[in-house]
Amino acid sequence: MRKTWAVGLKELRQIARDRRTLLILLFIPAFFLLLFGYALNFDIRHVRLAVEDNDRTVESRRLISAFTNSGYFDLVALPRSGAEIERLMDLNEIRAALVIPEGMGRDVRTGWSGSVQVLINGDNANTATTVMGYSLTIIRNVSTELVATVTQRPVVPMISVVPRVWYNPELRSALFLVPGLIAYIAMITAVVSTALSVVREKERGTMEQVRMSPVGALPFIVGKSLPYFVISLISALIVVFASMALFGLPMRGSWLTLLLAISLFLVGALGLGLLVSTLADSQQVAFQVALLLSFLPTLMLSGFIFPIASMPSAVQAVTRVVPARYFLTALRGIVLKGSSIDVFWRDLTALAIFAVAVLMLASVRLRREWQ
Amino acid sequence: MDTIVVSNLTRRFGPFVAVDRVSFAVHQGEIFGFLGSNGAGKSTTIRMLCGLLKPTSGTASVDGIDVGRDPEAVKRRIGYMSQKFSLYELLTVDQNIRFFAGLYGLSGEQFQKQRTFVLDMAGLRGRETSLARDLAGGWRQRLALGCAILHRPSILFLDEPTGGVDPVSRRQFWALIENLAHSGVTVLVTTHYLDEAEHCHRIAIMHGGKLAAIGTSQELKRLFAERPIVEIQASSPVEAMRALESLPDVEKTSIFGTAVHAVLKSSGVDVDSIRNELERVGLEVHSLEAVLPSLEDVFLDVVERGETPANARI
Repeated sequence: MRKTWAVGLKELRQIARDRRTLLILLFIPAFFLLLFGYALNFDIRHVRLAVEDNDRTVESRRLISAFTNSGYFDLVALPRSGAEIERLMDLNEIRAALVIPEGMGRDVRTGWSGSVQVLINGDNANTATTVMGYSLTIIRNVSTELVATVTQRPVVPMISVVPRVWYNPELRSALFLVPGLIAYIAMITAVVSTALSVVREKERGTMEQVRMSPVGALPFIVGKSLPYFVISLISALIVVFASMALFGLPMRGSWLTLLLAISLFLVGALGLGLLVSTLADSQQVAFQVALLLSFLPTLMLSGFIFPIASMPSAVQAVTRVVPARYFLTALRGIVLKGSSIDVFWRDLTALAIFAVAVLMLASVRLRREWQ
Repeated sequence: MDTIVVSNLTRRFGPFVAVDRVSFAVHQGEIFGFLGSNGAGKSTTIRMLCGLLKPTSGTASVDGIDVGRDPEAVKRRIGYMSQKFSLYELLTVDQNIRFFAGLYGLSGEQFQKQRTFVLDMAGLRGRETSLARDLAGGWRQRLALGCAILHRPSILFLDEPTGGVDPVSRRQFWALIENLAHSGVTVLVTTHYLDEAEHCHRIAIMHGGKLAAIGTSQELKRLFAERPIVEIQASSPVEAMRALESLPDVEKTSIFGTAVHAVLKSSGVDVDSIRNELERVGLEVHSLEAVLPSLEDVFLDVVERGETPANARI
């Protein structure tokens, strides 16, 4: 349609002349990727550890070096009493403490069970669980070695386990988070920029002038969205490449499917932005509503950080209308698992349905406004 | 021939009646002015005529098309220039023209012809690559007008087209409007500037959603045929007003710049007695003379009466 093209061309020229906005749209997403990518990390390293060694035997020193050599703990204090440990914990100078009672080594050597105490700062339940896990594993390993030493016989477990982690063998949380980050950033920029562009026309009065012409509501919004689609797509690809370069995000699937998934997701995001623009009359309101509708659902309900399967079923039902949820499944599938399209075609369909629904709604509202 | 026919047009917003049973007709090639205070219903009426707002009741036909039934067709026949000179600031003169031409489906030779016409009319030849935001008030006004008539509409709606523009540019603008009207375009203008309203062939004054008065400038001024207006320059206008209002022969007073206009109740009043009265209360009267009624006098009078005078309709 020639009129759609005229609108699109005008929009593009406006964006091109507004250097600042263009740069923001293209590079802020990559900037946020850097910021959050390096900051967001579930891997617990450098846990500050205090050790109160009341035993001072070969066995206790073996246990302590197992902790310090694990790579997860940093020995930062050698307190002499429980009170000192408490003080260190309160001041947050340590996150965990290992207390070895006098006689532990002697118990082990004489064939009895020795016991040690591990104190963990529980103000962050997630990290506390992880630290507890690390500690138990380390202690268990040392325990097995000590049995072998004391009994002079190699220890063979009844059932041996060889764990293999697929798709993310190093269990780097970055690989889990970065795809979500891509979705998160793309969603926000696409929704906000589109919402603002339409509301700006309302505010300046040019919308009224355009309404007077025989261009219809649908060609108008499609024309306005086209340049933003192209820019968002380029921006999203910049983010993907940056993720690969800086965070080692792999690409095990097909680029074409990736492009398809991103495009479908962006069309839906742009449609949502257009819908928001029909709900707001000023740029401030548009910005806030756009941010609210893209920020919170994508952060909480898309599987970005919190797994959907762990949510109560009522909330899981709500996640069904969050497009980022489907995009993340497809994205992780393509990038981490190298899955082909027959695995996540349902998710792509869901994205398409969302896009169509939201565009239709926006067009209906705009038409009603124009009437 | 009447290109615009309005009959009992009404628009309500909830309990508020913005336009109340307004009826009038506009002839082809006429420059028709719409006067009224803010909130009088001018903009609402225009928007209904443009097909932007649906009438609550009553009918209006623009170029033969019923606005209530087929607003889209109306949009194609008319040109509209909004108060805000809706131009795209970040686009050049040429790009703005191209955009609006594209909206109306103009292309090829027809587009080139129209583009040339608009550039010449607006005096923007050689400034095609200037950004719209860099244009001064008068240029932007003419560009906005140009963009509104690219598709050669036979009817033009101008909503407060001279706001914030210097007097010289305003006069040039009205010359353009008069040219358009000569060539057969019907022009409907709303304006605040009463001196500009003199450019119009006929004027309608709206007040409180109703059509309070309609007619040529001369006809409207005949409202004051029986009631002369006296302009007084005195040492203290406010005190003069107070003194005048207490006089039995004076119907009402208003301030006009530094002078006071007093509307006398009948033409038989002795003007000198007024001078004497003012001097009696200690005011120095610099001048006192009968003046011809201006549209401002008419406007204030109509607004005060809030009713349709008997002999003012055509």
